[in-house]
Amino acid sequence: MKTHNSFDEQYVFAGKAKTWSLIAIVVGVITIALGFLTDTERTFANLLLMGYYFTCVCAGGVMFCAIQYAAQAGWSASILRIPQAFGKILPIAALILIIIVVSGLSMKHTITNEDGKSYVAPYLYAHWASHDLTVKGSEIYDSVIAGKSGFLNEPFFLIRMVGLLGIYSLFGWLLFKYSNNEDDFGGMKYYNKSFVVSCVFLVVFGFTVPVFAFDTIMSLEARWFSTMFGWYNLAALWVSALAVITLVIILLRKAGYLPWVTQDHLHNMGIFIFAFSIFWTYLWFAQFLLTWYANIPEESAYFYRRWEPDFKIWFWLNIVINFAAPLLVLMSRDSKRYTSTLQTICIILILGHWLDYFQMIVPGTLPQKDHWYQVITWIEPGVFIGFAGLFTFLLMSALSKFKSLIPKKHPFLEESLHHHI
Amino acid sequence: MSSTKFILGLFDDPDVMMHGIDQLQKNSVPIYDVYTPMPIHGIDDKLGIKPSRLGYAAFMFGCLGGTTIFSLVYYFMVHDWPMDIGGKPAFAVPSFIPATFEWTVLFTAFGMTATFFFSTHLFPGRTPRVMDLRATDDRFVIAIDAKGNIPHEEITNLLKEAGAVEVKHNDRKYVSYE
Repeated sequence: MKTHNSFDEQYVFAGKAKTWSLIAIVVGVITIALGFLTDTERTFANLLLMGYYFTCVCAGGVMFCAIQYAAQAGWSASILRIPQAFGKILPIAALILIIIVVSGLSMKHTITNEDGKSYVAPYLYAHWASHDLTVKGSEIYDSVIAGKSGFLNEPFFLIRMVGLLGIYSLFGWLLFKYSNNEDDFGGMKYYNKSFVVSCVFLVVFGFTVPVFAFDTIMSLEARWFSTMFGWYNLAALWVSALAVITLVIILLRKAGYLPWVTQDHLHNMGIFIFAFSIFWTYLWFAQFLLTWYANIPEESAYFYRRWEPDFKIWFWLNIVINFAAPLLVLMSRDSKRYTSTLQTICIILILGHWLDYFQMIVPGTLPQKDHWYQVITWIEPGVFIGFAGLFTFLLMSALSKFKSLIPKKHPFLEESLHHHI
Repeated sequence: MSSTKFILGLFDDPDVMMHGIDQLQKNSVPIYDVYTPMPIHGIDDKLGIKPSRLGYAAFMFGCLGGTTIFSLVYYFMVHDWPMDIGGKPAFAVPSFIPATFEWTVLFTAFGMTATFFFSTHLFPGRTPRVMDLRATDDRFVIAIDAKGNIPHEEITNLLKEAGAVEVKHNDRKYVSYE
């Protein structure tokens, strides 16, 4: 353990962190390769899950920066470099997600539907992207999907995905560039620019994230729809991003970096995590209650599938760990200020939101199992570890390229260094 | 025997007042309380004030509100007058949750307000009890209980040296009663 006190201290990415992240990447690559040989469908579902999770966490980092600038927050100035690094690796995450989606759409296999008819379908988005679904007179013609095909068709789908992720990446890059220029030139010019860019980003992001979530995840079960789904995903994105940002700050601090980050900064992050876990539950419940209460077949089919024996335990575990854990543990002031408690909750929430995304993706894409313990195989942890390693490696490489781990000339830096609550 | 009950040191700058607190503590003069027109970071630690227990009160009020309405709804919907609504069972927990949530929030809010009024003696219509009227305007006031803290001249000099713009020897604790 060493202490750094200079603002010019750079992060050095070496040693254990680098070794373990590379090992994790290798584990991931081996899992994906073996997964493609044994259970391609499951591997694709997991790749989509982790690709989406990875992209969402990075986009959440950009959202964090943008909120701090738009609110003209002072307390967070000294930790802004961490979410900026998230924004910096967002283009890579987006590229990986696009590759997964494109290969999932183009690789095809034969499946059998409920009526016993066999047809060729892509590995991902089989519910709307199979060729004959929207062709009138074909054996598997589906009038509901045909009615949605003006929106849900491959070219438009890919244009939307590339466009949205491109826009988010551009804003993430702009926010980083302005902050970097601020370090070099000082003055209020770049802060004001960041403010404008952040406000524009938040409006764009707020309105388009539901579309992104509808496309990437909800269209897996294309006949079902929920207008809450976009906000529910935005909440999940935001909570998981906050948990990851906090965890990265805690670990960097334990490694002897970021000496200016105090318990008060972590307390604020804890408040954020606590508040938005409640918000996530609120949206989860709003979606569930209305569907459950109205009990319209086309809507409740989604929850019906998740209440079958193989998923029911996971379904309830999801709400318990993502709601009860932060509610009961993070409510008191002391636990938010106690680093190891906060760290444990961050790890629980990162796993919890993996389970949340697992709930959204897997029941609709993979065949039913008999028992709850059969739905998670060796592929799930393998792919998770691989992406966690990839994320760590990319994030730490991005951080080590920063000239300084603190925006030295941020106008509110003094306020952040003396933050006290 | 002097009739002074409280010695007040009035400062016009929060940093100078913080310095004044240091000076008093260095000379082992116990401070009764400090009144400031705005919150000052770090003053709680300096004066050794325990963290507020309002949060615990809020939690208890929330629990009370939640259990009250949940029991009431249970009594209405399951015991007293069960109704068939959309084929749901009488004890349909998910539909109880919005009301439980709202009452939890309501009881917490009202309970915290009441607790705050109770502990600060701030009831609507009651004249607030203040030691110096300008503590709500532009003066930062350190109050020292005069009883036992002698000699008063020394405390006065200490405050003056620390930068107090005015030192008052008050015969009454509060300038505004009722």
